[in-house]
Amino acid sequence: MVALPGIDRAEKVRDRDQIRRWLRGYGLLSPAFLVMVAMLALPIAALVLLSFWTQSGYELDRTLTSANYGTLVELKEEPTIWFGIPFYFAYPVPAILMLKSIVMSLMATTAVIALAYPMAYFLAFRVHRHKALWIILITIPFWTSYLLRVFSWKVVLGFNGAINSGLKALGIIDEPLEFLLYNPGAVVLTLAHSWVAFAILPIYVSLEKIDRSLLEAASDLGDSRWKRFVRITLPLSAPGTVAAALLVFIPTVGDYVTPTLVGGPGGTMIGNLIQDLFLKRNDAPLGAAVAVAMILLIGVLVALFLWAIGYARIRARRT
Amino acid sequence: MFRRPDALWIYAIIFVAFLYGPVLLLPVFALNDSNFATFPLAGFTLRNFQSMAANTSMIMALQNSLKIAIGVALLSTALAMPASLALTRFRLPGGGPIHGFMMLPLVMPSIVIAVALLVIILKILGIQLSLWTVAAGHVLICLPFCMSVLMSRLEGFDPNLEEASRDLGCTAWQTFWRLTFPLAAPGVVSSLLMAFIISFDEFVIAFFLTGTENTLPVYLFSQLRFPNRLPGVMALGTLILVGSTVLVLVAELIRKRGAPSANPGDI
Repeated sequence: MVALPGIDRAEKVRDRDQIRRWLRGYGLLSPAFLVMVAMLALPIAALVLLSFWTQSGYELDRTLTSANYGTLVELKEEPTIWFGIPFYFAYPVPAILMLKSIVMSLMATTAVIALAYPMAYFLAFRVHRHKALWIILITIPFWTSYLLRVFSWKVVLGFNGAINSGLKALGIIDEPLEFLLYNPGAVVLTLAHSWVAFAILPIYVSLEKIDRSLLEAASDLGDSRWKRFVRITLPLSAPGTVAAALLVFIPTVGDYVTPTLVGGPGGTMIGNLIQDLFLKRNDAPLGAAVAVAMILLIGVLVALFLWAIGYARIRARRT
Repeated sequence: MFRRPDALWIYAIIFVAFLYGPVLLLPVFALNDSNFATFPLAGFTLRNFQSMAANTSMIMALQNSLKIAIGVALLSTALAMPASLALTRFRLPGGGPIHGFMMLPLVMPSIVIAVALLVIILKILGIQLSLWTVAAGHVLICLPFCMSVLMSRLEGFDPNLEEASRDLGCTAWQTFWRLTFPLAAPGVVSSLLMAFIISFDEFVIAFFLTGTENTLPVYLFSQLRFPNRLPGVMALGTLILVGSTVLVLVAELIRKRGAPSANPGDI
């Protein structure tokens, strides 16, 4: 094909304009981007670097070594038994807390999705008037102090708390129920309560996007309401539901406030160990190794989960 | 349309009660004339609120938190605005991954962000911890929220308006201040308020990155160890809850009221 010289020049001018536009765009982006690099990417890199150093007394030994990771995975003959599970680690605390955190976080995430989905469904399909007000009502708790929301559960569940004193005043119990607070169950309950508002929005958005005529078509073709829900609504809302689950699971594994306030000795999680190593035991390098191992493990679990449910396929179906 | 109260409605009402129930106990017990958070209620008192005025360490912490939150709100919105323009208007190569990277603090466990910043500040740069380091950490976690708010606002109005303004001879700078900024104003206000609340209420990063001075949540946390200070904590908690709720309501109402209109031309 022969290009006319005039068109060729016009294209060159357009390309130059395009490049100039891009440069302006990158220019606008750069302050925020540089802040993110300086305050997120570099600190994470520093954290990884620190995890390959060691602490000797008050001094930081800056020779690169994998000793910290060695400590985390060093094996021994005699297993430490935790809930019937043998851990063959010489220093089993990180591995046990990691497993425990993941299990507790999974339980909290499951509870969150189970609680949030019907609410999102309600917002998307049943609320016709004052929809914005309902959504604000649901999102307000998420924006108010996390610390106070967790603390309020201490007030509810405590030895001298609202439930115990209330039941005692009603004459139902004579002695306070001690099993309410300071255990993993209290942590899971509190985590679920704190994060449930956060999970509603992504699910709601994906439900709201569903083309209502698909639902009508299903009904016209003879599907029952339940069948229609399982075959159309549920699959089409899967992307939002999966996103919500990840938005809850990833941050809660490393949560520090909830186990500290309502977990007691039995409810500690991996976040407590990281805090302990950094601020109390003055072994920041080992703490860094635990934090890096945690991120990697969460990343692997999330990737496995997305692969297992065929997330790429689910997302593609949306369009 | 006729609405019949069905199982889903009942569930919604129970859900809202579950969501608000525990938190609403704080004002109840703060106004209760007793040193314990127990039923039955003993009587009404404002004592716990009155005694706060004399609590100098709390007032110091409050001032610190206000200073940080105002600075963080202004800085993170100022950083998020051009970035949001770049990501919504320029169709940049690599825009998707960059956007993803900038949303990362949303899903990172905050303890990881806290220790990572602690490491680079103390072990690599050797800077003293202070309120400045807390503010820096807060800018990082506020940025994704500010950008989400601003980007959805900017996507809501017609980019052709901006092109028209350029065609009519306005410079990019004039177009921004005369057209884009006024149209995006509800988003900007909402972004400022959101960042303010996030910073004001944030605990984990402040706990790790503060030096000798406390922010209000760090102060509150330090008080939780003392059972006899429980009523004071609940009174302070009540005020914080009321304050944040009012701000969120204002932010959300401004954002919803300023929702993209059907006719983007009428300003």
